[in-house]
Amino acid sequence: MIKRALAIITLLIIGYWLAQGLAGVPFGQDKMLVGRYYLEHVKEQTGAVNAVTAVVVNYRGFDTLGEVTVLFIASTGVGALLWRKKKKRTARTEGSVVLTTGTSLLFPFVVLFGAYIFIHGHLTPGGGFPGGATIATAFLLLYMAFVTYEIPHKVFEKTEGLAGMGYVAVGLIGLAIGGYFLFDWIWQTWGWGQSNIGRLFSGGFIPIIYTLIGIKVGTELSGIIDNMLKEGVSE
Amino acid sequence: MNCITCVEYIIVALMILSAVLAVEWRDLLAAAVGMAAVSLFASILFFMLQAPDVAMTEAAIGAALSGAVFIFAIKRTQRFETEDEEKPGWWVRW
Repeated sequence: MIKRALAIITLLIIGYWLAQGLAGVPFGQDKMLVGRYYLEHVKEQTGAVNAVTAVVVNYRGFDTLGEVTVLFIASTGVGALLWRKKKKRTARTEGSVVLTTGTSLLFPFVVLFGAYIFIHGHLTPGGGFPGGATIATAFLLLYMAFVTYEIPHKVFEKTEGLAGMGYVAVGLIGLAIGGYFLFDWIWQTWGWGQSNIGRLFSGGFIPIIYTLIGIKVGTELSGIIDNMLKEGVSE
Repeated sequence: MNCITCVEYIIVALMILSAVLAVEWRDLLAAAVGMAAVSLFASILFFMLQAPDVAMTEAAIGAALSGAVFIFAIKRTQRFETEDEEKPGWWVRW
């Protein structure tokens, strides 16, 4: 009781303090400094129509590399925490016929849509992270509908590592060609796709990187689900 | 007041309500549902503030995957918060 009251009073003070600070910021008005530069130069500098993905992959590529690293460390941490020598699914009841049939019908469509999201990252909203999460959701559906389903571990873990290495390799090729890490060599040096901005084969290396990130995130989150759903078996 | 603003007020109110409920409920499965509701309303709000990229990411991660991960964790531990002071009901404890 007294703990709650104190906590609420403290939170109210902090909230009032934050609101006081935010009161000076006008909402919806033009306050762009560097944002204006992005919006004006995004097409000729990166070839992407979607400014968000251009900023995330191109202008601020290091952030995305860091995010991918964080996700990889999270997946590795879950794997290390829940490591057992022998693990098995513990589900007992198979899903109903409607659930299993619906899942096997829906699975290719969900994977297709996830791939659509990350391939079209430079044209439509989305990008690597939502696309990868959608693909992981498809594997989550399989895990929940079928008692014995397991992802092919060897394939998934290798794909995950190769996709992460591919991202770094694209950055290193940029270092070799353009002089700094994550330099957009396809757009800046080759000029590939400069005649058809807004089509699928434009956008410099954004589609390539987002395909790699989508594959990596999808396999990674599926691996986390797999680790959480299996329990160690004592002999 | 045009109607977009009223809808936004309603969604913010629902989001605050589900956040409070997600903290308040003693049943952890219900709390996971409340958390998923918070991220659903957050996703709708991002969409209404014209940030579709963030809305898609929030919906894919917050509603589906983190809810699923929470429920798997609950499945392997226990479903109810057990405390002795639970007897009189939450209004007394409050």
